[in-house]
Amino acid sequence: MPHWNLVEAINSALRISLNRDNRIIILGEDIAKIGGVFRATKGLLEEFGEARVMDTPLSEGGIVGIAIGMAAYGLRPVVEIQFADFIYPAFDQIVSELAKLRYRSGGQYSAPMVIRAPYGGGVKGGLYHSQSPETHFIHTPGLKVVVPSHPYQAKGLLTAAIQDEEPVIFLEPKRVYRAHREEVPEDYYTLPLGKARVSCIGENVTVVAWGAMHHEATTAIEQANERNISCELIDLQTLHPMDIQTVITSVRKTGRLVVVHEAPRTGGFAGEIISQVTESCFYHLECPPLRITGADTPFPYTGEMDYLPLAPRILAGIEAIARPS
Amino acid sequence: MLPPTETMRIIDFQGKVLRDIPKVSRAILLRIYRVMMTVRLVDERMLILHRQGRVGFYGACTGQEAPPVATAAALQEEDWIIPGLREGAAMLYRGYPLELYLAQVFGNGLDPMRGRQMPSHQAARAVRQFSWSSCIGTQVPHAVGVGIAMSRRGDGSIAVGFMGDGATSTADVHRGLWAAAHFRSRCILICQNNYWAISQPMRSQTRSRTLAERAYAYGIPFVRIDGNDAVAVYQGVGEAAEYVRADKGPVFLEMETYRMGAHSSADDPQLYRDNQEVASWKQRDPLVRLYTFLLDSGWWTETEDELLKQKIGQSITRSLEVLEPWPIAPIEVGYGR
Ligand SMILES: Cc1ncc(C[n+]2csc(CCOP(=O)(O)OP(=O)(O)O)c2C)c(N)n1
Ligand SMILES: [Mg+2]
Repeated sequence: MPHWNLVEAINSALRISLNRDNRIIILGEDIAKIGGVFRATKGLLEEFGEARVMDTPLSEGGIVGIAIGMAAYGLRPVVEIQFADFIYPAFDQIVSELAKLRYRSGGQYSAPMVIRAPYGGGVKGGLYHSQSPETHFIHTPGLKVVVPSHPYQAKGLLTAAIQDEEPVIFLEPKRVYRAHREEVPEDYYTLPLGKARVSCIGENVTVVAWGAMHHEATTAIEQANERNISCELIDLQTLHPMDIQTVITSVRKTGRLVVVHEAPRTGGFAGEIISQVTESCFYHLECPPLRITGADTPFPYTGEMDYLPLAPRILAGIEAIARPS
Repeated sequence: MLPPTETMRIIDFQGKVLRDIPKVSRAILLRIYRVMMTVRLVDERMLILHRQGRVGFYGACTGQEAPPVATAAALQEEDWIIPGLREGAAMLYRGYPLELYLAQVFGNGLDPMRGRQMPSHQAARAVRQFSWSSCIGTQVPHAVGVGIAMSRRGDGSIAVGFMGDGATSTADVHRGLWAAAHFRSRCILICQNNYWAISQPMRSQTRSRTLAERAYAYGIPFVRIDGNDAVAVYQGVGEAAEYVRADKGPVFLEMETYRMGAHSSADDPQLYRDNQEVASWKQRDPLVRLYTFLLDSGWWTETEDELLKQKIGQSITRSLEVLEPWPIAPIEVGYGR
């Protein structure tokens, strides 16, 4: 089995999907000739030709807008937005059109498609190459929101997203695009959307994380383990619709919850998770749940490592809630 | 392609033929006329119902019946229409039942869209009329995308996207024009220039003399058509469709027309426009012009016209008797299948 990093796994998912289903077309800025600025689509133009791997001029709203028409007519577009930070010119098309098409037409029309976008901080990207916009899309009924953390999940979740009948916002943690390699099957496989993954079993504290922060949480719980705090780590994978049941089951066991979210704190998705858990597990909780998040500021350039909820802050949070003073 | 300042016109404001009459059959023109009349009477009745509190909202297309209806007439069955806010009438030409059309206004359990959309937001897959949101301009890239998909699928169809003059100031119209030209989409983009975007005159959308020039800037061929001349609309769309179908690239049509009534049931045009202007456009009423032309051609009579109006009126009344008391559809949570 090949050892692939996350970008290579994405590339494999796209290639194998293009091979299996000739309705699939991929389009985006700089994705064909150079294979995308992160090279996620490398080699696909050569293999599938420019009718299926389309370089587009710089117009996110236009790209998503035409993709909606293409999908409605029966193609399966997979759009790449170069950075999630530049998804906002397409926000209206996503929120007003893509998400609502099936609903407003009484199921007569739909636009199943995937919008891939590298997201997140920690790459010296400043305000406009670092943001985590998932909450906007979770708060828009009609979309699925998927965030893989590892190469194996990235491939299986992307192939599943491409075959899904609903539009999927697929956010790729660019900070860990090349950080890890693992065994990834060359063959086609899918992983179910809407299912969380318990990536580490533990007893004392439940930690919920996704994307690049799942890696930070992994480091933090290993250190917590050395200090005799056993943590259960949940990788949400699909943020919407969320598999809250897996979180609830874990919290019923541990009685303690830490949620990590690398975006501004106020109104962020960590708050929603805690709210849902509190509604169902209030009497199982040993102490108030805790969220470890970014700050309520734009994403800073020089201060990015202070902004991100990295392992030391997660560890401190775990300790604080495991051993309340 | 005509220079942007010239307007394609076949029957003049008095209904007289100006140039060689194209080979358009009596049957098609009569069908166009019947549907235009249906829409005129439906709009009238719905606005009355709105004033009586029986309909929550309504957007009429009075004065603008020719662009949607004659466009539908010029298309083939498998072509798609991606409408803006005033093109529901195209569905009626394509055989959509009046009862379902009216059910959408009531948004009850008989409405195929289950009451999820406001009235005057018609859509029906059965007649290949795409779903419009409410957001001005967003549909134009969709039309372009449908046209791209059509050429990828190679099935011979074309897409027709509509927009208003106000829409030409939105980003999405420019994105759509760019993409149509760049990907040589199999689409016709039609701008219904009715000279008003609620209270904003067409003059505030651009300093150029016409809206067709928008297309010129993107290298898209354009034609300006008298949108109150159903025969010119039919002819112009037919020619454009032939061009697009032959894979020569997209075409932009500006149709000069006028919104005779209020923007919607929530608008008062007295606040921003002159009665004289409205009166001058009344002289160009598309229905009257087509009627005169049909009479002069010996294809239609006054008696037949009276009968037609009666018949339409009766079928509206009959439909309302069933529709008005019908219960609404239950609210569902989820993706809206
Ligand atoms: C993006 C957006 N902004 C504002 C509105 C409110 N609005 C509805 S129709 C309209 C004017 C549209 O003018 P035009 O495109 O000329 O179409 P017309 O009403 O003349 O048919 C406005 C401002 C809207 N629906 N969408
Ligand atoms: Mg207008």
